Amino acid sequence: MKKRPGPPPGKIFLTFLKIGAFTFGGGYAMLPLIRETVVEREKWLSDEGFLDIISLTQSVPGALAVNAAVFIGRQLAGIPGALAATTGAVLPSFLIILFVAALFTRFSQHPLIIKVFMGIRPAVVGLIAYAVLLLGRKVIRARARGNGFTVAVAGAAFLLVYRFGLNPFLVIIAAAGAGLLYSFFPVGGDDP
Amino acid sequence: MILLTRLCDLFLSFSRIGLTAFGGGYAMIPLLRTEFIVARQWLTLGEFLDIIAIAEMTPGPVAINAATYIGYKVAGVPGAAAATLGVITPSVVLILIIAGLFQHYRSSPLVRAVISGIRPAVIALIFSAVLVMGRPVLVDFRAFFISLAAFLLLITGKMRPLPVIGLSALLGLLLY
Repeated sequence: MKKRPGPPPGKIFLTFLKIGAFTFGGGYAMLPLIRETVVEREKWLSDEGFLDIISLTQSVPGALAVNAAVFIGRQLAGIPGALAATTGAVLPSFLIILFVAALFTRFSQHPLIIKVFMGIRPAVVGLIAYAVLLLGRKVIRARARGNGFTVAVAGAAFLLVYRFGLNPFLVIIAAAGAGLLYSFFPVGGDDP
Repeated sequence: MILLTRLCDLFLSFSRIGLTAFGGGYAMIPLLRTEFIVARQWLTLGEFLDIIAIAEMTPGPVAINAATYIGYKVAGVPGAAAATLGVITPSVVLILIIAGLFQHYRSSPLVRAVISGIRPAVIALIFSAVLVMGRPVLVDFRAFFISLAAFLLLITGKMRPLPVIGLSALLGLLLY
């Protein structure tokens, strides 16, 4: 099956373990580090191959870094490679969070900790608002065509969830349906 | 027995979230909120925001960090394992299925059409979550100030998320 001998799963596991243990800032921060390791240092993939993988992982649901790990591991060493990469990427998170959670549960009622999180909570709201803007800009830029549709879907989704309290899962399914319908029957406003 | 059903619930809830969250960790926030604060009431809004902050402050994918933490909070170490496995299982299964034909998948007009609908909806969902979560959090001038400062520092590129959270922790100590 294999065209050329890939790296052994053990090596893939360790590579992703290192990335998972030392990258702060989630998936978007991990992707450049994964590229540096997999393309530049280990030369397991070409730059082009890596770009393909990134664009694919963004069109699949789930955590970006995990998607990238599964895919790269699979390309390098089949299913054992995929499992090795995924376990490596996830294991540090899992262990570190267990440790932090156990600590935090013990000290969360400490007056100083309460004060700290009184400050952190509003900042997290600001952080998520920033993510909205960042993702929004990306979507608008990615669709030079059909921005009318994009805005209509966003507006409808917002109203359904915020005003009418519809379950977000249903809204996502409905939005997928709207995307399909629009591709079959594009109506107005689709000029470049 | 109760633990076992909880573990199954956690696994299934997180699988569903892993299967519908297009766009990574932030796309999961509205889904997590609906599932665990509103529907199951396993977390309060305050706890949820603390968990997101901690997930952001620790290394690794934010989605995995949040899943592990929520699972731990609901059902201890087994809960953490069930939630984490739940959130990654759809990724692993889907990608292994798609991998062989990914050139077709990526350029498939059907996939593009579906995603072109989902992307803007996801952003609207996150925005709605910001408004819903902001109301009970931004109760006074101090909270409003911290939130706005965090947003402006991030949007102008003056600071990355991690230092912003550090700064807000300091402001919390000073102002409250």
